[in-house]
Amino acid sequence: MTLDAKIPSGPIEKKWEKHRFDMKLVNPSNKRKYKVIVVGTGLAGGAAAASLGQLGYEVEAFCYQDSARRAHSIAAQGGINAAKNYQNDGDSIFRLFYDTVKGGDFRSREANVYRLAEVSNAIIDQCVALGVPFAREYSGYLANRSFGGAQVSRTFYARGQTGQQLLLGAYAALSREVALGSVKMYPRHEMLELVVIDGHAKGIVVRDMVTGKVSSHAADTVLLATGGYGNVFYLSTNAKGCNTTAIWRAHRKGAFFANPCYTQIHPTCIPVAGEHQSKLTLMSESLRNDGRVWVPKKAGDHRKPWEIPEDDRDYYLERKYPSYGNLAPRDISSRAAKQVCDEGRGVGPGGRGVYLDFTDSISRLGKGVIEARYGNLFEMYERITGEDPWKWPMRIYPAMHYTMGGLWVDYNLMSNLPGLHVLGEANFSDHGANRLGASALMQGLADGYFVIPYTIADYLAKVKPGTRAGVDHPAFKEAEAEVAGRMKKLLSIGGTKTVDEFHKELGQVMWEFVGMGRNEAGLKTALQKIPQIRERFWKEVLVPGSGADFNQELEKAGRVADFLEMGELLAYDALMRDESCGAHFREEHQTPDGEAMRDDEKYAYVAAWEFKGEGKAPELHKEALEFENVHLAQRSYK
Amino acid sequence: MKLTLKIWRQESPSAKGRLVAYPMDHVEGDMSFLELLDILNQSLIKKGEAPVAFDHDCREGICGSCGFMISGIAHGPQKLTTTCQLFMRQFKDGDTIVAEPFRSKAFPVIKDLVVDRSALDKIVQAGGFISARTGSGPDANAILIPKEKADKSMDAAACIGCGACIAACPNGSAMLFTSAKISHLGLLPQGQTERHQRALRMVSKMEELGFGACSNHGECEAVCPKGITLEFIARLNRDFLVASVVATKEAVKKV
Amino acid sequence: MAGMLAFYHTTVGKKIVMAVTGVMMFFWLLGHMVGNLQIFLGPDKINGYAHFLHGGAAEILVVVRTVMIIAVLLHILAAVQVTLANWAARPVGYSVKKDIETSYAARTMIWTGPLILIYLIYHLLMFTYLKVGPGISETDVYHNVVEAFQVPLISGIYIVAMIMLAFHLWHGAWSMLQTLGANHPKYNRLRKIVATGLSVIIAVGFVSVPVAVLLGFIR
Repeated sequence: MTLDAKIPSGPIEKKWEKHRFDMKLVNPSNKRKYKVIVVGTGLAGGAAAASLGQLGYEVEAFCYQDSARRAHSIAAQGGINAAKNYQNDGDSIFRLFYDTVKGGDFRSREANVYRLAEVSNAIIDQCVALGVPFAREYSGYLANRSFGGAQVSRTFYARGQTGQQLLLGAYAALSREVALGSVKMYPRHEMLELVVIDGHAKGIVVRDMVTGKVSSHAADTVLLATGGYGNVFYLSTNAKGCNTTAIWRAHRKGAFFANPCYTQIHPTCIPVAGEHQSKLTLMSESLRNDGRVWVPKKAGDHRKPWEIPEDDRDYYLERKYPSYGNLAPRDISSRAAKQVCDEGRGVGPGGRGVYLDFTDSISRLGKGVIEARYGNLFEMYERITGEDPWKWPMRIYPAMHYTMGGLWVDYNLMSNLPGLHVLGEANFSDHGANRLGASALMQGLADGYFVIPYTIADYLAKVKPGTRAGVDHPAFKEAEAEVAGRMKKLLSIGGTKTVDEFHKELGQVMWEFVGMGRNEAGLKTALQKIPQIRERFWKEVLVPGSGADFNQELEKAGRVADFLEMGELLAYDALMRDESCGAHFREEHQTPDGEAMRDDEKYAYVAAWEFKGEGKAPELHKEALEFENVHLAQRSYK
Repeated sequence: MKLTLKIWRQESPSAKGRLVAYPMDHVEGDMSFLELLDILNQSLIKKGEAPVAFDHDCREGICGSCGFMISGIAHGPQKLTTTCQLFMRQFKDGDTIVAEPFRSKAFPVIKDLVVDRSALDKIVQAGGFISARTGSGPDANAILIPKEKADKSMDAAACIGCGACIAACPNGSAMLFTSAKISHLGLLPQGQTERHQRALRMVSKMEELGFGACSNHGECEAVCPKGITLEFIARLNRDFLVASVVATKEAVKKV
Repeated sequence: MAGMLAFYHTTVGKKIVMAVTGVMMFFWLLGHMVGNLQIFLGPDKINGYAHFLHGGAAEILVVVRTVMIIAVLLHILAAVQVTLANWAARPVGYSVKKDIETSYAARTMIWTGPLILIYLIYHLLMFTYLKVGPGISETDVYHNVVEAFQVPLISGIYIVAMIMLAFHLWHGAWSMLQTLGANHPKYNRLRKIVATGLSVIIAVGFVSVPVAVLLGFIR
């Protein structure tokens, strides 16, 4: 099977415009005859459901949270990029495009990225119109900041709560459609199966998480906007409920999973405090603008930080990357932190942490300036760790944060499975092997507000209105039976270990062998261990209660069961990709200074995996990547 | 440290609930309250008992999923803190901590500490939005907004919709929540067009859902994890009063 | 009319009605207090004032009284309805509930209100209708007051009632400003100060009369 990305012809600046004209439209009077299912109500799903409702489609939206407003997009702190060039500092659509392709280490699809940069400006306009209170100058104009090492100030922000504000904007728009009746909202509903009829995605099976009722929903097309799979690592910055089930179920039904090994680690998180740790908390990367990262030079130096003289400290980022110093890119600084901790030089409980020290900045700029810049982050740090960061240097450690991989989609955001569209973090399309700061929010909203409303019509126009199968179609009954059977099985095992214990065990394997630094031997070990854990899970797990009511353990069990399959695919992909690129670091492929070394000859492609059955090796399909506008170059942050 | 958790256990919306005591050993200050519940649940599951149901998601204080009464205070004793960000170092060895669900007629208990807060969504659906069709916005800098206004709007917009204000209010009033939304939008030039109908419709929906009235006790403000202030309630009152005087019937009806 | 009903239908509307009627009662109280304080100027002054009210200003007094009765009734009606709504809003109570911010005055509004009403009736029976207490003369207000307040129990009840009134007013005045939307960070400290000041002035003004009688300044 060949993967056709359906990239429009013509120069890159004209592709989207041309495509919008070439695509079919749905007659306005026919729109209400099409039913669209949207799963997930974060930035991508919420924006899509609202926009499609406005267009006149009959929309049903589902989320597992108790309200659409709580999707994990809400936790994004930093900001959202756009090529407005309000700062007159040389930004442009092309530059945003260029930076994103380069930041993705040449593993993303040029046409998609260009479109993302192109619609970025409209996103800001739309968000302001919806009442997003972006930060402003005293003049009343919008403020911008430079973010994640970008050379231009193109990031719009709303304090440290940009994701929250953008999501509330989309949620407000969605709420209006719910009030108008164009969108029917199903909170506390979890998608457990995708229904495929004659090779097309035509519905889903969901479980009402309050009553336990399993039901089917039929539609003309299904949109998955269910976020990333970072929780396969157990500890991550994701919300506890974030899961891979929706996209994994779709994958099992034939949708290809692309580049699962591209997982991003965030360098400035609060370290693990102990066994009880349930999630990791990210602190804005902006901290690195004024903090200096260091560890003791000698392993096992347990002196208090202020007792360690300058000569015994190793400011390793400044030492290794003199020009970027403490602002070295996410993956580089994350790996460097892991390395010094592996050498036994880590600080804090468990030795998994490095200092982020503001002493110099405080003496240079004064406490007031630092407080104005980072006061809320200092407060958050103290609340969580109980340590006063004005006295002790902060301790930070990298944590799993964002997944660039996801279901494969073409230029129309449609998977290889016709009728299945995938949006936001759940797809693989725009960030390549690494994502730039403040680009996730941009992509989610681009997909939801400004891409899918056009491209969905191209699919629907080919579907005859009124031909949709009802939920009494055997395919729905079959899927419902599958879901019921799976839940029954989980509940009946009656083993001795809890779901969390298996999840933690999986997470440890993933973090150790498929985490920041990967190598062949480690990946092979992971590929051995994961199926073993999975096998034991299905024999020894203990899921209390019944399926017929509110049962959080049952919810978790289903998700972890899918992670136990997904994790294996992630390891397969990481093993197959015998190069280092972006956030995927194969220790075998690095320059003498520890920089990632790509292999463009062999791996300049998207790896799209096809599910071949439980316990069977997945099949690899390749979509070759061509770079016509941005020239392949090795990254250097020296 | 050792302490006792007394937790409200209620099997289903219609079942009768009761407080059940669970002695907890080896509690560490670095644990969040929810992590302590995780530990309790692990042991309950292994003992063949039902784990305690509680809502939570982001565990970093922003999604608004978590929240229950901790010894009589919504989200517990620490100011400006959600339950998930409340760490056990706030408690002393030997403490007995009572955990009860948020109680309001509009928040029926689903199970244990989990309540149904969909009433808050309904209030927003009644008018907590600016009707701006996707793609219709003018250039983002076309309408200037004084920084002070934008900042104030952001203060209100910081609401996470957790429901603590309602739980803490002696009257079970949803005024702080509703006023935050009305103020967030009402402070922005983009929100002016629908300002009157927004106030009228959100207030009337809030009433219809069975929330109580505001008696200006200030309990809501005291427990709000995001520092939303009573100032916004005054703003709601003002908008509602003005809207009641000037808004025409037609203006109110249309979404 | 439909619009007004819709307005009143909401608790926010009811609270605004309570605030407005509260303001009216407050000003009436202020006037009443100023009238009372004339007792310090001697029997002629206050009896003259009473005479004026029943004579030259009799028609105005009828209007004022009617308006005040309506205000009191609306205030009570709204209070009862709001309170019932509040009780209904939490059918299942907490086994443990801590108050953090609210004041004693705010929590007891619903009790100080009816107690003041009871006192009001007693007060009217005593001084307006002369049905209870030692009052004797319809025209000699001065002596009615002095004789009544020389009875420690009557003075005591009066003083307690005025302190309750002060509590009610203290939360009421602040709450009224809030309910009518008068909240601005620049002036919020002032709101509390004004509310405290006004309720203290009212209480001290009224209480000064029985105290002066008991201490023998007025006889």
